[in-house]
Amino acid sequence: MCVKKYFKYIKPYRLYFILGPLLMLTEVAGEIVLPKLVGGMIDNGANGMAGQGFIVRQALMMLGCICLMITGGISGHYFAIKASVNFSSDLRKAVFDKVQEFSFGDIDSFSAGSLITRLTNDITQIMNITRMGLIMAVRSPGMLIGGIIMAFSINKSLASVLLVMLPVLAFSIFFIMRMAMPRFARMQKGIDNLNSTTQENIANVRVIKSFVRQDREKEKFSDANGELCDATLGALKVMVCTMPVMTLCMNIATLATLWRGGNVVIAGGLEVGSLNAIIQYITQILSSLMMVSMMIINSSRAITSFKRVGEVLDTVPDLSDADAQHPEKTVTDGKVEFKNVSFRYHTSNKDNVLSDVSFVAEAGKTLGIVGVTGSGKSSLVQLIPRLYDVTSGEVLVDGVNVKDYSMKNLRDGVGMVLQKNVLFSGSITENMRWGDSEADMDKIRHAADLAQADAFVTSFTDGYETELGQGGSNVSGGQKQRLCIARALLKSPKILILDDSTSAVDTATESRIRKVFNEDLKDTTKIIIAQRISSVIEADKIIVLNDGKIAGEGTHQELLADCSEYQDIYYSQAEKEVG
Amino acid sequence: MPPQMGPGPGGRHGRFAAKSKPKNTKATIKRLFGYIGKEKYKVMLGILCVLVSTGTNLAATYMIKPIINNLGADLDAGEKIINLAFGLATMACVYFTGVLASFIQARTMIRVSQNTLRRIREDLFEKLQRLGVRYYDTNAAGDIMSRFTNDVDNLGQMFDSTVLHMISGVLTLIGTIILMFITNVPLAIVTLVLAPLMAFVSGTIAKRTRKYFKQQQEQLGKVNGYIEETISGQKVVKVFNHENVAKADFEKLNNELRDLQVKANFSGGIMGPSMNALSQVSYTVTAFVGSTLTLMTRIGKIGTASFAALDIGGLTLFVNYSRQFSRPINEISNQINVVMSALAGAERVFAVMDEEPESANDTNKVKLKNVHGDVVIENVTFGYNPDKTVLKNVSMYAHPGQKIALVGSTGAGKTTITNLITRFYDIDSGKITIDGIDIKDIDRDSLRENIAVVLQDTHLFTGTVMENIRYGRLDATDDEVRQAAVTSCAHSFIKNMPDGYDTVLTGDGANLSQGQRQLLNIARAALSKAPILILDEATSSVDTKTEQSINRGMDALMENRTTFVIAHRLSTIRNSNAIMVLENGEIIERGTHEELLEQKGRYYELYTGLKELD
Repeated sequence: MCVKKYFKYIKPYRLYFILGPLLMLTEVAGEIVLPKLVGGMIDNGANGMAGQGFIVRQALMMLGCICLMITGGISGHYFAIKASVNFSSDLRKAVFDKVQEFSFGDIDSFSAGSLITRLTNDITQIMNITRMGLIMAVRSPGMLIGGIIMAFSINKSLASVLLVMLPVLAFSIFFIMRMAMPRFARMQKGIDNLNSTTQENIANVRVIKSFVRQDREKEKFSDANGELCDATLGALKVMVCTMPVMTLCMNIATLATLWRGGNVVIAGGLEVGSLNAIIQYITQILSSLMMVSMMIINSSRAITSFKRVGEVLDTVPDLSDADAQHPEKTVTDGKVEFKNVSFRYHTSNKDNVLSDVSFVAEAGKTLGIVGVTGSGKSSLVQLIPRLYDVTSGEVLVDGVNVKDYSMKNLRDGVGMVLQKNVLFSGSITENMRWGDSEADMDKIRHAADLAQADAFVTSFTDGYETELGQGGSNVSGGQKQRLCIARALLKSPKILILDDSTSAVDTATESRIRKVFNEDLKDTTKIIIAQRISSVIEADKIIVLNDGKIAGEGTHQELLADCSEYQDIYYSQAEKEVG
Repeated sequence: MPPQMGPGPGGRHGRFAAKSKPKNTKATIKRLFGYIGKEKYKVMLGILCVLVSTGTNLAATYMIKPIINNLGADLDAGEKIINLAFGLATMACVYFTGVLASFIQARTMIRVSQNTLRRIREDLFEKLQRLGVRYYDTNAAGDIMSRFTNDVDNLGQMFDSTVLHMISGVLTLIGTIILMFITNVPLAIVTLVLAPLMAFVSGTIAKRTRKYFKQQQEQLGKVNGYIEETISGQKVVKVFNHENVAKADFEKLNNELRDLQVKANFSGGIMGPSMNALSQVSYTVTAFVGSTLTLMTRIGKIGTASFAALDIGGLTLFVNYSRQFSRPINEISNQINVVMSALAGAERVFAVMDEEPESANDTNKVKLKNVHGDVVIENVTFGYNPDKTVLKNVSMYAHPGQKIALVGSTGAGKTTITNLITRFYDIDSGKITIDGIDIKDIDRDSLRENIAVVLQDTHLFTGTVMENIRYGRLDATDDEVRQAAVTSCAHSFIKNMPDGYDTVLTGDGANLSQGQRQLLNIARAALSKAPILILDEATSSVDTKTEQSINRGMDALMENRTTFVIAHRLSTIRNSNAIMVLENGEIIERGTHEELLEQKGRYYELYTGLKELD
């Protein structure tokens, strides 16, 4: 399948990968030799002339064998575990690291949820199957082959029963599995369907209850449940044939051997003990065949996991700075220029999100961007730190195309507060240090103060050491936004982008933040997306976006005078501006 | 290769689920029997088949003895062959019966188990439909889900095989021991001596392993938590050039996990070889003692009548037995784990079934007809927990067709009021009436049919856009659905979708923006003819301009309906008949927009942006 790409992760542990299965051979050898030793013990000792001493000797040899088996077995397991855990752990790391290199586009196309499942469930699945595989890989086939050899070495004509039974058995297992596979696929579908029906029901409980649609939901569930039940029965019906068929084959083989063997013994060509040994080998051979078929069934699930993990590893991040012309350049002034920029998220999309957008944001000035939902505001600013690449046209920072910066330098120069912002579990200080890992308390407090966050942070019992829940769940929306702004300020960016980042902040605080921006961040280019006109009213320049195109550009007064879209937005809010 | 979307097989819920121990085993088992009892004839057939197949297995092994003895007996060859043929023919019959029995048993039991699982799932789901919203608010969705998936699966595993395996294991064990004692007493004792040792070794290893696995599970939870948090916030990670820090942090966690995994798995890995070796030791000892006894018997040191006497057929039998002996022991001990986790699962499933449902719907309750929409809330006090009051003595009224707005910060109690009107929760004291009837006396379904709710958290169902809107009124025609979409400004984006109204929404409408989803929800409510309307932050994600156009539609929507509006954006509620400002569960200001502005109180501060909500 895709063995090649995984080989890289196997290589450092190849010794474990080889030793594990090899050591399991000692178990195989033991299992194979023991019946032979017992056979000898019975024939020559119990039923023969060799006497008590021989019986003791055989028993000691058996014990020796067992010591070897247990040593080999345990160390085999040890290496198999070492191999599988290390392999999967490196794989997990590799996938995680890969995701870190992903562009926004890559993350969007996989979806965060799917990436998480791949990193958790799928990798665990892979670890388990690898371990099982390493342990069984040599053991089961070894038992099979060893058993066949031993049986033949005792008596060729008797063992030839196997030559008939094995193909019959192998064929019937193959046949059963061929029948079962599509049925299992149907069952899996049934499970997925039932799960999503349930999940949807739980998520929608209020809607269902308020529209009194419980009966309808029950019907829907009942259908899914019935379908799953049928599908499962269909699959299991086939699968339960495996055991009886195998047992039947085993029984027939035993009977045939006893019959032919019995005749040979009567004719004096074979000892009773050897006959017994052959029967035991036959049992062993057939049961190891069963194990092999079980392994094949199990590995079909793991193949899916390997595929899903492989997809992540194979993804070439769609953004790269390998071709950057000036990888050492850093952002120094903060001038931003768009030249005929068009953009869509996927090349397959019909419509552009942005069409032919051109504008300049001068260094140190404030640029406001307004427009209705879906007009392309967020898309536009995400092009500046090169979170996505333009479809055509170019974005210039300090006169240099963003593609010619190294990604690190470019993003170090651009501070961005996203619309959907996230704080991480950890203390406030730790979260602040995302902006500047070296920042001391003074610097952190200063940034928080600028973002109007210092006052409420110090009001917390633990101040800056307050632990934030995942996603910053224990601070209010407005507080969260201010912390996110402070975090971005700590980067001391040359360009600061706020994507609707003060929507939950009250206007008084917001105007203080705006004042700070104007007075303390004179050297920083500020790009502000806002729903409220009041947030951008003092900007040096405002761009009005409509359907991905620039519908107006100018100061508040200019736009109010001659841009109808701007007027619309303004008047939809103006009645509120009574205070 | 295109990326595969969504969680893989198995779903995401099993991730942190640890197998737990059951608490009230007896009652749980009794209840399970109640379910299985519905299939009692099949179960009886299954048990009969197990008895037969176990019996035939034992018998077949035992029959080796006369066959082998016949071979070594002092008879002429012809007689031996006849005996052999006869013995094998009998054995063949026994074998065949056994195989047939186990086949029938397997076929029967999968039916029993699948039908039972289906019934349990059905009951569980049915119960979930009757549980109050409180249950969903206090239990994580993932946890409820995992009862449907993991817990029911565990049960299924047990039904499929365990019970019968255990019966057959125990029977085989007992049968084997009896046959061993019949054949040769000293040898039987020797073989049995090793059994407690095996049990002890496996018990010790299992205990140690459990401890390590628990540690591993905890660390895995940490690693998965880190993955979840980081990847969900991946965009922020990128914006802050934080990738390398994330990598380093992850490496540390991952390495710890690796070490624990090696430890836990190795501890468990010892089990196989050790048990295997022990059973080989037992095999060796049996063969050794048996051979010695046989030799003694043969050379006359032990009389053939002695209890210790052993013939060659008996020896063969014993050797075969001891090789099989460890199997039922292993099997039973393995099954015990399955049974334990299945019982624990059953308990969790039954716990849901035992939850108090929303108070029963008596038939003598009033069914509403031609509701005018006169809503009165009188001195209502309510808390989600007895120790924390959320609403204190709240009173308000809405005449038919009026629009009442609720304003206040998060936690002030706005949504709680709507929860009470719809009877998602029952009030502690006070009274709510609709058209003068106490809602406690109204048939709950009838009550809810008369209230249309649009929530902030919008969820859509898998299905077409048309079906999603029609959820509001199942008998609405296509034209009515379209009309509702036009009213709520959803029509324009729907008609631009690939298949228009027939576009299938999947994954909770993942391909729609939050604003668009809200519009669909409003359309759903618009379609409903309920005389009372509740809008809980229904347009929070819709931009102001679109909102303005919806407002025109909304006016039509709200005409002749009593409406309760909760809105963050105060511009949306300006034209309400009355605005209630809530703080800490109390109404602190009430009046029209103009009156409240004049008061220059809290509403004024909020409206002019002097204070922030939240």
